Amino acid sequence: MTDLLNAILQGVLLGGLYALFAAGLSLMFGVMRFVNLAHGDFIVAAAFGALLLVDMLGLPPLLAVVILVPAFAAFGYLGQRLVLNRVMGRDIMPGILLTFGFSVMLQNLMLEGFSANSRRLNAGWLDTASLPLGPFQIGFVPLLMFTTALLVLGGLGLFMSQTNTGRLMRATSDDAQIVGLMGADRRHLFAIATAIASGVVALAGVLMAIKTNFDPSSGSIRLLFAFEAVIMGGLGSLWGTLAGGIILGVAQGLGAAIDPGYQILAGHVVFLIILVLRPQGLFPRQRP
Amino acid sequence: MTMTVAMPGRLPRSVMPVRLAILAAVVLAMASVPLWASGGSQRLLVEFMTYVALAQLWNLMAGYAGLISIGQQAFVGLGGYTLFSLAILAGVPPLLALPVAGFVAAIVAWPTALVAFRLSGPYFAIGTWVIAEVYRLGFAQVGALGGGSGISLPVGLVKTISADRGTRDSIIYWITLAACVAVIGCIWALMRSRLGLGLAAIRDDEVAAESAGVVTRRLKLQVYVICAGVTGFLGALIFLQKLRISPEVAFSVNDWTVLVIFMVVIGGIGSIEGPLIGCLLFFVLREQFSDWGSWYMVGLGALSVATMLFARGGLWSLIAPRIGFRLFPVARAAPRRPS
Repeated sequence: MTDLLNAILQGVLLGGLYALFAAGLSLMFGVMRFVNLAHGDFIVAAAFGALLLVDMLGLPPLLAVVILVPAFAAFGYLGQRLVLNRVMGRDIMPGILLTFGFSVMLQNLMLEGFSANSRRLNAGWLDTASLPLGPFQIGFVPLLMFTTALLVLGGLGLFMSQTNTGRLMRATSDDAQIVGLMGADRRHLFAIATAIASGVVALAGVLMAIKTNFDPSSGSIRLLFAFEAVIMGGLGSLWGTLAGGIILGVAQGLGAAIDPGYQILAGHVVFLIILVLRPQGLFPRQRP
Repeated sequence: MTMTVAMPGRLPRSVMPVRLAILAAVVLAMASVPLWASGGSQRLLVEFMTYVALAQLWNLMAGYAGLISIGQQAFVGLGGYTLFSLAILAGVPPLLALPVAGFVAAIVAWPTALVAFRLSGPYFAIGTWVIAEVYRLGFAQVGALGGGSGISLPVGLVKTISADRGTRDSIIYWITLAACVAVIGCIWALMRSRLGLGLAAIRDDEVAAESAGVVTRRLKLQVYVICAGVTGFLGALIFLQKLRISPEVAFSVNDWTVLVIFMVVIGGIGSIEGPLIGCLLFFVLREQFSDWGSWYMVGLGALSVATMLFARGGLWSLIAPRIGFRLFPVARAAPRRPS
């Protein structure tokens, strides 16, 4: 019984990381109906970036975040302005196939640069530190992931509801053409959304690097996790994304408790069941 | 006054006999290959024709029906595993198991589609990928089929095809050729039919197609299931040659979907010639640059990104207007108003 409860608890905390994976995907789809198929590979790229900064240059992990988040955000802004805005439109195929090409490029570039070996970021004392909670031990790293997810999602919610740019983004999400008629620069708004999503991707990548092993080809599975969290939570709902992440984390934790071979499979199966029973997700805001 | 008025919706037929003669000559030449070519080049051609067929099927789904799937490896693997299960667990001769494998893949595709079709656009693409992963992880749990490490086809069963390896290779070659020709022929015929017109309408504008009376959902479902069936047949054929199957190889997204997508995209999505050119280019490049390792894949990725940015119709859309010739014409003359 304690084992089971522990599996659930750890799954909930892992769900925070999955919500961070999903936040960027959810935001970009919400604002511009666009899915970046290289999303998972960018997460892994951020993880390798952190590895370079921490292991090779000796910077502390926190400083890696301070460098990587703005760098990724800037890259996201430019990428959207210079490349992705060219494939926005009613025909979704160019966007899908373009980012799919990116995904394969990125995976293979990382394979050239870092070899196929599985890596992990050494965070020193953080790795083993934990808080006792009754019969359970709560690791600092999982706790950090979960609180980061709460802060990021809360911050995004505030940004969307309180700032002018955020309100424009929600308006763009409702009807991009009308917003254009009202004088807002759609290309700039899209780029801001991608910049924020990319910043969150960098944050998620650094946390993932501390939490789990990763290798150049492990981006695909992160894309699938992010996607599952978004769909289970309901399109367009930020807190739904957290719920989706938690469901995925718990499903995987329980699956692994039964048999390690069932960990990923259990997550996928729960996702498919929810997709069949409740295709709009648990907390839907938008129609897909 | 005489005027040439194209009949609405009629296909130009004048040059058809020439085309059919050319195509028949090509097919006959291809059919004669096992009689004179080496085993190595014969096997390379089998691989080429398999990819041509896979690319045509993916193009039928993505280029015409608007179904972008990143999960076709599900049906390659299912076909392969059906053949191995039937052969190993029930002793069914492999050649008999081939069509059954296609049939099973099509049957499984039905409920799969009902789940996947709840998603649309980019999410449909990722959803099909998740489903393929479920099949991969599922088969890794089946101990009777070797679990995660896979299983080989018993020699005795392989010899039911023919005791001689050369003869076996030739039989597999001819089956692959027949499948490849049938796939291209059927898609060509389909695109010249009323159904094909509906598919082309979906490709151009799904909402408009729906309002013009095309039952898009049913048409898409039919395309998905049929493509899955044929993909399953090809999968069984692929693993009949490999003689060994494992979940990693059978459900490999890179081998059975990523490469196929690159071939179609670079060659030209939404045409029959495009995937053919893409496959040719891919095999030529692979022979040249295979020792470049992952740089080779980076190059392919970059090519497909460039295609989407600068020439969405791929190589064929750059070639076709210059030569003014279509090997597989499907275009219809627009109705002209008498002036």
